[in-house]
Amino acid sequence: MLLELVDVEVSYGAVTALRGVNLTVDAGEIVTLLGANGAGKTTTLRTISGLLKPRRGEIRLDGEPLSRIPPHRLVELGVAHAPEGRRIFPTMSVRENLLMGAFHNRRHVGEDLERVFALFPRLKERISQDGGTLSGGEQQMLAIGRALMSRPRLMLLDEPSMGLAPLVVRTIFEVISQINSEGVAVLLVEQNAAQALKIANRGYVLETGHVVLEGPAAELLADDRVRQAYLGEDVGEQPGIEPDTTVVTRVRKS
Amino acid sequence: MTATTTATTPPAPPAGQPGPARGARATLAAALLSLNGLRRLGTYLLLGLVAAVATGPDGTADEPLGAVRDSILDPRIVVFLLLAVALWLVVAAAPLARPLVTTLIARVREPVVASGLPQHRYAPIVTNLVLLAIAILAPLFLSGAARQALVNDIGIYALLALGLNVVIGYAGLLDLGYIAFFAIGAYATAYFTTDKALPVHSPFLLNPFLVMPIALILAAIAGVILGGPTLRLRGDYLAIVTLGFGEIIHLIANNADNLTNGPRGAFGVPHLSINMLGLEYDWGNDPMPYYYVLLVIVVAVMIAFGRLERSRIGRSWAAIREDEIAAEATGVPTLKMKLLAFAIGASVSGFAGVLFASKQFFNPQSFSLQASFLVVTLVIFGGMGSRLGVVVGVAVLQGLAYYLRDPVPPTDRYIYFGAVVILMMIFRPQGLIPSRRRKREIQLSEQGVGGADSLGGARPEGAQA
Amino acid sequence: MGFLDQFWQLTVDGLMSGSLYAVIALGYTLVYGVLQLINFAHSEVFMFGAFGGIFAARAVMGDGGDVPSGLASVGIVALGLGVGAICGATAAFCLERVAYRPLRKRNAPRLAYLISAIGASLFAVNLAGKMWERQNVTIETPFTNGEVFKLFGATVNTKTVVIFATAMAMLIMLDTLVARTRLGQSIRAVAQDRDTAVLMGVNVERVIVMTFVIGGLLAGAGGFLYAMTFSAAYNMGFIPGVKAFTAAVLGGIGNVRGAMLGGIVLGLVESYGGYLFDASYKDVIAFLVLVAILMIRPSGLLGEKLGRAA
Repeated sequence: MLLELVDVEVSYGAVTALRGVNLTVDAGEIVTLLGANGAGKTTTLRTISGLLKPRRGEIRLDGEPLSRIPPHRLVELGVAHAPEGRRIFPTMSVRENLLMGAFHNRRHVGEDLERVFALFPRLKERISQDGGTLSGGEQQMLAIGRALMSRPRLMLLDEPSMGLAPLVVRTIFEVISQINSEGVAVLLVEQNAAQALKIANRGYVLETGHVVLEGPAAELLADDRVRQAYLGEDVGEQPGIEPDTTVVTRVRKS
Repeated sequence: MTATTTATTPPAPPAGQPGPARGARATLAAALLSLNGLRRLGTYLLLGLVAAVATGPDGTADEPLGAVRDSILDPRIVVFLLLAVALWLVVAAAPLARPLVTTLIARVREPVVASGLPQHRYAPIVTNLVLLAIAILAPLFLSGAARQALVNDIGIYALLALGLNVVIGYAGLLDLGYIAFFAIGAYATAYFTTDKALPVHSPFLLNPFLVMPIALILAAIAGVILGGPTLRLRGDYLAIVTLGFGEIIHLIANNADNLTNGPRGAFGVPHLSINMLGLEYDWGNDPMPYYYVLLVIVVAVMIAFGRLERSRIGRSWAAIREDEIAAEATGVPTLKMKLLAFAIGASVSGFAGVLFASKQFFNPQSFSLQASFLVVTLVIFGGMGSRLGVVVGVAVLQGLAYYLRDPVPPTDRYIYFGAVVILMMIFRPQGLIPSRRRKREIQLSEQGVGGADSLGGARPEGAQA
Repeated sequence: MGFLDQFWQLTVDGLMSGSLYAVIALGYTLVYGVLQLINFAHSEVFMFGAFGGIFAARAVMGDGGDVPSGLASVGIVALGLGVGAICGATAAFCLERVAYRPLRKRNAPRLAYLISAIGASLFAVNLAGKMWERQNVTIETPFTNGEVFKLFGATVNTKTVVIFATAMAMLIMLDTLVARTRLGQSIRAVAQDRDTAVLMGVNVERVIVMTFVIGGLLAGAGGFLYAMTFSAAYNMGFIPGVKAFTAAVLGGIGNVRGAMLGGIVLGLVESYGGYLFDASYKDVIAFLVLVAILMIRPSGLLGEKLGRAA
């Protein structure tokens, strides 16, 4: 098991954002985390990265608990995070932003730059332009490229499709699959459930801080409740997913 | 289903683990002797040494390390080093005791209710009456010198602190030149009440009571002129602009000989007096009448500010502190409200200046930068946002300063005040007697919910990092 | 003599004090860049550097005797600068540990940092006053302060050259550090987006400490230069502190080159203004400049970004 969240609970003051989340990502997998706004998807990623401290529960990487590891060491352990809203360093150039991604992996910088430029030729054209002046799609490419520069084993991607044109979204998802095919595990947070489930191996559905549904991507895609709630399809009289249920429904017992 | 249930049960302790007591002792020893533990010991010993120097003999510039050497050689150093080691042990043991403490605190602490404020509105009325009785009767048991201190160091400063509390406590801003408004009030009094105190005087002379509204308005105007351009921006600029302003007023008071008499100060401002409707009374040199006037004013100001705090204006300030953008969005004129708080604070300071000037001789020394810092210290110590806290804080700190005036010379006092301010910010930012609302705000803000000041701009994020 | 006759002399004087303001201003700007906080106790860092530097220089020079020359002069100035820088850095390090870090651990509101820095400043000033008396401490200039050259008729003496050259060297070193080194890279990253910097593997705590230390090194060395020209005293930090802050805001707070430019501009404005108006109100000029910038162009001459340095 590459990454494992055991009963993780996170709160902001009196407000509890995650109420006991269990989740795993295996090496080489794409796992997607679905859910509406405020369900706790970003909180989950930020907690994995150590930006938030869980109030309870444990996060393990390769079976080792992360609680005593300072967040900035996580990159060295092979976890890269492309955060929500892309968070490009606005007055650093594209090149400098990518170099920030390689902050801990300085040996292969040239080679890794080439790899990122091969995936995103657009970035090469913009190489000395300030990050803040890029378009949304370019910024997202840069965010993913920057995360790749650390040669991660696991990438945490937070809503890479947010606010992007359909064509750009397709490029991004293609690149994610390609990165994954090179052996990088991906934990993908998305609102675009259809697209995400198409490239993912497995998925989790998060509602108000609980995992309410989990299973292989294909089966989630076929699940009526998912179709109704997240794919906007009318499937008749099927009941929606109860928002406050603490019971995890498995699509298929494995 | 099965997977989740097993995960939610806490993992059983591995077999063969030692009992909790022995385990705790081992953990403690490990914590103490680890690299971090030893480094912490070094830090505490260093702090002990600093404390020894701060409380030790004075040094001279001819012998830069003399003060440090004398402190080390003084037998008192043993006490400080022992304290440092004790602190080290306590801090190392604290995490082990934490589960116990948190359950105790959880039991004591009331539930989290945002609207849980007004219930206490009438409850402490008995306490307040008792405190008032103490305040009325206390001077009867004090010596003459203590009575003077009661007026000059406590009464006046209580009024000043209440005014600054509006700026720091209610509006969540920092004013470091607060005493400048006090100076404006004092010099205005000298200008309007007598032709003897200053080289210049007003063409008509007034009773000090009549100067009060003038001083109030002058100080408020100065406040608006200063705050207007500054508060439009980040609130932390206000701190440094007021700092500069305070120094400029001090500089003018000191240098403008033909206006302010320079360093010689103003002498001969008449005492407070009443002569109307057949009633004649002069406050004279005795501190007691001044004390009771101040007491009445302080109580009146406390009541007035209490009402203010619960009014629309007070709620606007709270809204600005907690979320300035949301406040603006709901129609609170944030700039105007901040400016109002700043001007109210300034006018109280100017008002206090009138009382101060009519009570005693003054010179620019009374309006130094340190006086401003003193008022800040008093507000912080008492509890920003808490009227009672602020007044009690003034009484306690200034009382201590008075009674410890022999072992602690006035110049050294500020070493302790500085330390008090840092320690309060680290361990009890809400102050001695906190305002419930401010306390909650600070706690929530530390957990990442809302704000507790109105400095604007980005708050440092990701402090866990 | 009219203003025009004095113009070049005033320019030379202004450049000298302005370069000192720039050196101190960098401390404000760096800390502001990474923490978005005004470090109110920075003026005390400067003060400790000044005392450290002149005590060290005085210990070597001894009392009275001849004015050192040649290599001895260079050595003494270098020693003063070095010890001043180390004292400044130490003071800044302790300041960060005591007054800032515990609050950061708790994620305290910004007001708390300002107040705690005021407390630290109050503590440091009065502790220095207690340890080294509350009076001005001076040293003999460690070199013969003769005329070096004339600039359009204005005398440029050794002291001016030493101060200006040293300050410029420090500014260039800092600029290179921020623009070219890995530490500079992480400082810029933290300044622009702290959380994302963490995700890139930047140790933010270390960067913050280093920022204080670098600011302290500069302010400490600047303190020695200042004390060598004027004197050192427990409360010496206040006025240059406010001026340096003004310089930082003038250039655009958080902007390294802005602080340098702001310092020089402020020094010149103050020098000309002090001549045109009353010299005893010279200190007021900086304050008026500060209020004027806040009203007219609050983002400063070069704008407020730490990261434009590359």
